[in-house]
Amino acid sequence: MELVLAISVGVVFGAGIWLILRPRTFQLITGLLLMSYAVNLVIFAMGRLWVDKPPITPTPAIDPAQFADPLPQGLVLTAIVIGFATTALYLVMMIGARGLSGSDHVDGEEPRE
Amino acid sequence: MTVLPWLNHLIIVPVLLPLIVGALMIPINQKRHGLKFGLGLASGMLLWAVAVALLVLADGGYWPGGIGVYLAANWAAPFGIALVADRLSALMLVLTATIALAVLVFSARRWDRVGVSFHPLFQFLLMGLNGAFLTNDLFNLFVFFEVMLAASYGLVLHGYNLRRIQAGMQYIAVNLVASLVFLIGVSLIYAASGTLNIADLGARVALLGAQDAWLLQVGAAVLALAFLTKGAMWPLGFWLPTTYASASAPVGAMLVLMTKVGVYAVLRVWLAVFGEGAGAAEGFGFAALTLGGMATVLFGAIGMLASQDGGRMAGYGAIVSSGTLLAVIGHSGGAVLASGLYYLLGSTLAMAAFMLLIELTERIRPPGAALIAITMEAFAIEDKPEDPVGVGIPGTLAFLGLSFAACALVIAGMPPLAGFVAKFSLFHAMLAAAPEGVPATTWGLIGLMILAGLAAIIALMRLGVRTFWAAGAVTPPRLQFSEAVPVGALVILCVLLTVQAGTVFDYLDRTTAGLLRSGDYAARVLGEPPVLRAPGAEGAR
Repeated sequence: MELVLAISVGVVFGAGIWLILRPRTFQLITGLLLMSYAVNLVIFAMGRLWVDKPPITPTPAIDPAQFADPLPQGLVLTAIVIGFATTALYLVMMIGARGLSGSDHVDGEEPRE
Repeated sequence: MTVLPWLNHLIIVPVLLPLIVGALMIPINQKRHGLKFGLGLASGMLLWAVAVALLVLADGGYWPGGIGVYLAANWAAPFGIALVADRLSALMLVLTATIALAVLVFSARRWDRVGVSFHPLFQFLLMGLNGAFLTNDLFNLFVFFEVMLAASYGLVLHGYNLRRIQAGMQYIAVNLVASLVFLIGVSLIYAASGTLNIADLGARVALLGAQDAWLLQVGAAVLALAFLTKGAMWPLGFWLPTTYASASAPVGAMLVLMTKVGVYAVLRVWLAVFGEGAGAAEGFGFAALTLGGMATVLFGAIGMLASQDGGRMAGYGAIVSSGTLLAVIGHSGGAVLASGLYYLLGSTLAMAAFMLLIELTERIRPPGAALIAITMEAFAIEDKPEDPVGVGIPGTLAFLGLSFAACALVIAGMPPLAGFVAKFSLFHAMLAAAPEGVPATTWGLIGLMILAGLAAIIALMRLGVRTFWAAGAVTPPRLQFSEAVPVGALVILCVLLTVQAGTVFDYLDRTTAGLLRSGDYAARVLGEPPVLRAPGAEGAR
């Protein structure tokens, strides 16, 4: 399971890096989205990988090794929300740039030939 | 302890107050600038008072060890989020509030109207800054960074024009990527150590096994990438000059402070985690900080010489200042660090004043005004010269010239102002720290700092001559009191910093002594007891 997760994170992140190096804003934002998905997976996996383990116990004095770590799950939720908000902000900004400059190039102007 | 002393609640005020005031401002109609400005100013003054109170409490021995701990939601330290007000945090809070007040007053005349939602965004920016200075939790630091950045995205675009959009696109994209890198660093650190509390991390780092310690170092290096992008270390700071040059003057002054947040985060995390007593990981990355800082100083100095307009020059000046600070942090050692913090105070105040001043001096030359003319038209702002609001101050050119000279002296580090005192004490401390032979990197750093000072004085003199002595083209601009007073106040603060250097250095020595005792810091934060319910109170949870 670790290998599958590691490979998928690597592929998604790599695709994201390739996309953010492209010159158009749409590619840029797609790249940012892909990278943030990969990062969310990383955060989720950082409390070790568990299957079918409850994260929270109502009774104390139980072996914590039998439970999944709840903290990364809380962190990943926060990261998703923040990533979503900043991406939305960037989209608005892209629309503004497109309207003002008439170009969807990241420099705000078409490259000179 | 059953009741928290009410003074302890002051620690969370710098976060809550701007949040509440900013939220209150949003429903108020866009046209009521006066009311919004009044609210913002009141909040700024209160923040300043609270910051000074925290500084007095932290330094006056009210809290043991000068470290005040506030357990959010009353969870004990490694489990909940702890806010920590020590001497360094309090100092940064005072600096933030001081610059914020100056910027707010400066923007009252015109800038807060050149776009929407200036005041709420400004409050949220203050919340993010204050939170980043107070928090003791890495993930919480991420959240406050994002609050600060989200507000700054809006502010950088403030007064929407094509140039700002072009610069803003790059600024936002770079910072979004840096945020993702921040998250990776945080998760690696958690995977290695099982904690995100900085003090707890410092206490645990020596106990980690070889493999976990290695993973922790990888995580910390990745985290540093994110901090250093904000702090604009070469080669991560290419976004900075363009952003500074295109941002509006008040926002530029706040950006100066935001680069210092990156430096502050490095200082806080590195001294707490990789300081003395960190076992095998002790001293990790300090050499890289020194070398990176030196490269940054060189890059900034060359950039200053190459830049033509004031905003870009100020951007490179900020790069030089963060480079110097990073090199000093890497160099470590108590006396060096105290001088570095003094340098931080002086250079931040002078750079902020300089950013505001540039906008005023650009009015001497008519083309500068054309840049904002479009947005002013779009928002129907009338800028009639015979406008009766406010009185033009006399001797504008003399005022501008003197302020410019003072800022230039501090930035370049020439006598007699604070910049010189800072650099001199830095050299003295670095040379005194190695009595049995000064290493080559120290000589290199000293040489680079002198070179950067020379480059700064050449570049600033050229700008000054072109601005003030340009034959025939100089017309004294009309300045309002509300624009001149903040610049003057910041310059006077720089002078005061020089005159009161002894007092300031005493404080900074206590600050660095506290920072270097990372064991005490961890013990204090982790030992803070949560408030218990009184025995007679109704039912347990």
